[in-house]
Parts: sequence; C-alpha cells; structure tokens
Amino acid sequence: MLQYALRRILLVIPTLIAVAILVFLVLRVVPGDIVEIKMTAEGGIVSQEEIERERERLGLNEPLYKQFISYMVGLPQGDLGISLWTERPVAQEIGSRIALSFELAILSTILAVLIAFPLGTISALYRGTGLDYVIRLLTIGGIAVPSFWLGMLLIMGSISVFGKLPPLGTVSLFEDPLTNLYQLIWPALSVGYRYSSVVARMLRSSILEVLSEDYIRTARAKGVLERLVIVKHGMRNALLPTVTVIGLEFAFLLGGLVVTESVFNLNGIGKLFVDSVVRNDLNLLQGLVLTVATCFVFVNLIVDLLYAALDPRIRYQK
Amino acid sequence: MTTKTQTNDKAIEKPNRRTVLDFIKQQPLGFIGIVMIIIMFLAAVFAPYVAPYNPEDVDFMASPALGGGQPSIEHPLGADAFGRDILSRLIYGARTALSIGFFSAFFGCSLGAVIGTTSAFFGGKIDLLIQRFIDLMLSFPIVVLAIVVIAIFPKTVMFGIDVNVIVAIAIPFIPKTARVIRSQALAIVTLPYVDAARANGFSAKRIIFRHVLPNVTAPFLIMMTAFIGQAILLEASLSYLGLGVVEPTPSWGLMLSGVNSDYYRTAPWMILYPGVAVSVAVFSFNLFGDSLRDWLDPKLKL
Repeated sequence: MLQYALRRILLVIPTLIAVAILVFLVLRVVPGDIVEIKMTAEGGIVSQEEIERERERLGLNEPLYKQFISYMVGLPQGDLGISLWTERPVAQEIGSRIALSFELAILSTILAVLIAFPLGTISALYRGTGLDYVIRLLTIGGIAVPSFWLGMLLIMGSISVFGKLPPLGTVSLFEDPLTNLYQLIWPALSVGYRYSSVVARMLRSSILEVLSEDYIRTARAKGVLERLVIVKHGMRNALLPTVTVIGLEFAFLLGGLVVTESVFNLNGIGKLFVDSVVRNDLNLLQGLVLTVATCFVFVNLIVDLLYAALDPRIRYQK
Repeated sequence: MTTKTQTNDKAIEKPNRRTVLDFIKQQPLGFIGIVMIIIMFLAAVFAPYVAPYNPEDVDFMASPALGGGQPSIEHPLGADAFGRDILSRLIYGARTALSIGFFSAFFGCSLGAVIGTTSAFFGGKIDLLIQRFIDLMLSFPIVVLAIVVIAIFPKTVMFGIDVNVIVAIAIPFIPKTARVIRSQALAIVTLPYVDAARANGFSAKRIIFRHVLPNVTAPFLIMMTAFIGQAILLEASLSYLGLGVVEPTPSWGLMLSGVNSDYYRTAPWMILYPGVAVSVAVFSFNLFGDSLRDWLDPKLKL
C-alpha cells in the first residue's frame, strides 16, 4: 500500500507542471488587449503612449519566454502574478474567496451523499417496481434541471412560503456557524440535486451489477442472511465505482458553482471566475484555472488512494 | 482492457434485425424522449408559424415593471420586462438551443472520435502521448473549459449562429469522446479485416476512416445524444452568465439572466417557463440517450 501511495503521490508533480504549461500556452493567445479595454473603460480617450507605458509597467511587453520563466518560477512560491484589474496579488484575490466555495462544495457533497445512498440502494433492491421508476425519473430529472434555475426556484419558493428572500450573502462559518449554515444550505441544495442524482444512478447500476455476480449466489446458497449478503458482499463492492463518481463530481462541482454563486450573489471563486472573463483579466483567469485544475488533480489523488484502500487488487497492479 | 474480448464476441455475433417498432416496444421511455425531441424540432423549424408573436416585438404596456405581463389569453405564458411574449421567445429559443446543442455535440464528438480511433490505430508512443494529453484536458471541469474558450475566442456570428459558443461547448466534449471511442476502437483494430486492409497497403487515413470509424457508430451516436442534452444545459448556463448568446437573440438561458430580485415576487412566470424549457429539452435527450444505450450497447460506460 505504501509503495503504491508513494508512486501515486509522485505522479502529481509532472501532472501539475503539465497543467501549468498548458494553461500558460492557451491563455497567452488571447486576442483582446486588456490594457486598452481597461483604460478606455475608465476614462474614454487615452493616448497610445499611455497604453504603452501601462503595458510596460504590467510586464506585458516582455518577450513570451521571459513571461513564461517568471511565471513558472513564481508558481511554486504561490506567486500567481497580480490581477490586471484590481492590481492586488492573484493569490490574495483567490485566497480570500476560496474558503466560501470550498465550504459550499463540501456541504453539497454531504447533502448529495445523504440523499443518494438511500435512493440508489432502494432503487436497486426494488428494481422494476413503481418505487424504482419514481426514483429513476427523479434522478434523470436531476441531471436535466439547470442548477442555477433550481436555485432561482428555491428563492421563489422561499418568497411564497416564508414571504421573504432566503438570506443572500454570507457570514463567516467561524463567527456565526448557524447563520452561515442557513445561508449556504440553499445554494448547496441547488447544486446538490444534480450531484446526488449522478451518485444515486451510479450506485444503483453498480449494486445491480454486483448482485448478479456468482459470489452473491454462492453466499445466498450458503444460507447467509440476505441483509448480510447485501451489506457485506454487495455494498462493499458496489462502493468502488461510486467513490470514483463522488470524487469526480466533487471536482466538477467547483465548475458548477461558477453559475450558482451568481444566482445567490455569493462572493466565491465561481463569481470571481466570471468577473475575470468579463474584465479580460488574464492573470486572474490563469490563476483561477490553475487553482481549479490543481483541486481536481488532488481530488483524483484522494480518490485513487481511497480506491486502493478499498480494493487490494489495485495496490498490487503494476 | 476488459472490453476487448466483449467487443470481439459482439463483432462476431450476427446483428439481429431490429426495427423502429421494436425500439418503441422495448424502450417506451426512450420513445417518449424522441417524440418530445421531434416536437421541439418541429416547433423550432416552423417557429414563425407556431409562435403567436414576433419574439423581438416590444410592448412596454405588457411589462411586469408596469404591473402587467401576467399569463393571459393574449400572452399564454406571460410577458417579460420589455413586454415581449414569453411563449414566442421560448419557441424561437428552441432554435438557438437545438442548433447550438446539435452542432457543438456533433463537432465535439466527431473530432473526439477521429482522435480516439487514430490513437487506437497507431498505438505505442502516439497513443500514449494522445492519452496523456486527454488526461490533462479532463482535469478541467466542463464549464471552466468552456468559459476559458469563450475568453480567448473573439465573438463570431455566422448565419445567425454564435460560432464561438459552439466551439466553446464542443471542446470539452472532445477528450471525453476520444477516451470512450478509443477503448472501443482498440478491439476493432485487432480484427482480421483491419489486418487485411493493412496487408493490402491501404493508407492509415483510409483504414481509420473507412474501416474503423464506421464500426464505432453505436457509441458515437449514444455519446452524441447525451452530449446534445449537456450542450443545451451548457448553452443556457453560459448565456445566463452573459458569456454565451447575446440579446436580442432569444435564448432560454438569456431569458433567465435579466431577472432581478423584484421579479421573483412580481413576475414568477419569467423565471418559471424558460427553466422548464431547458429542463424538458435536456430531460428528453437524456431519456432518449439512455434508452439508445440500453438498446445498442448496454455495456458502454460513459
């Protein structure tokens, strides 16, 4: 196990380097000129000279390879450059918002797993019954409903039931945990529905697959209690692909938040992401894409390690 | 790969003749899906004849801002902030959603299929290189990748269709399709007829396009159907954020984006119906895609 874990952890380094290079290459072909847009947006007519001076100051006139070197050297030190718009360090802009998005992601994961496990299991065990059909329709629906619209419906529902908007904006978790939770539960629910649907569908199909295996028949033939057959022989094996899906979806959740944060007016990295595109703030966009990709790489790592812990066969594979 | 043997067996089996009628009988949910898709398609094509109003006709007297716009006989689904008829905008919005959904899924899947089969056909170092690159692409969430493409591509509109939005939505589909198609193609490139084609001295291009690609049609169709649904969802999200289609083009996502908190109270119909339209469209494609998979290739993992 230790050997597998070490090998897997070491693999993270080249992946991250490749991601960093790819992000740099892609984002430097941007055609829009940030300096021009920014200056004309602020004060109308600006002379070409002034634009040049600003470009010089921001280091945009350096040859590409020099920009690349300073970018790659800065990365390990957590230096993502400065935001071209607010002129504050990108790392700081992201750092001040990532906690909120992360909390939201974790909250939706918990909600999703809590909803998905009973749904998926019931749907598999009562296959073909009316209950199964209802759950399946619900979960196909979960993949179809846009999460931002679900968020809007929640807001609308809150208005018609309680006569007021759900609390928008946030208080820190550490200042006032209850208010914080009450504020975040709505956006978490609106992204969590899709999440739980994906997990429930996966769980259902993998339980069904496992239950048709020979060793389940053997266990039943031996007279093992049905409950034990399902929990010990069935669920444990069905968990493997489900864990992968939970991990994958967690990473993709960070993407889904981009839209949902706008609905609930939350100041997380999703909203920052949209702002960075609207303002053509390359450095910030670059930093955000890197952050999201890094999260994904680490979530993948955790999933792989968990997988190896759950399934001994994987540890011994070359 | 374990799929190798399975696909080999399948390729040897005679395909049993199955008709559209069999599909309806075996996959009733899928049938419902395709019927809904056809209805939406017809509505989109014949929009000028079906829609009661021109989607861009402004009538400020019917605006919720002035207390009007409620669903009525004149405006069955109400009117929006400019007093434009919502039903008409939904019908015209189907044009945007379906065209962007179809083209982006088609281009994304086609390119993915070509890359996947090429990767499987050549194998060795080329395969490894392509696979590493695909892994890399897959470490960006779809929405993030799409928004990055929006950020770096200038806005281009051709024949009234937003090409940059299509490109942005198509690109995230490429690595996903490439990976699935490759695993299917790996089994096909070991079959005798591919060897025979090689022995005949056919070029790699000819073998890939004439001998391998036609044999991955089933997974291609399944993936494309699923991706059209996802593309519609993505288009709605992008337009909602103001990064996709722009006014005055009617788009379901765009209809939701102008909503401010006042309308939650005074004009809930402005929020309700566009979202229903997106959900029903995506739901239909998912329903049809799922059934198509069960029918054509139940073992396929997406």
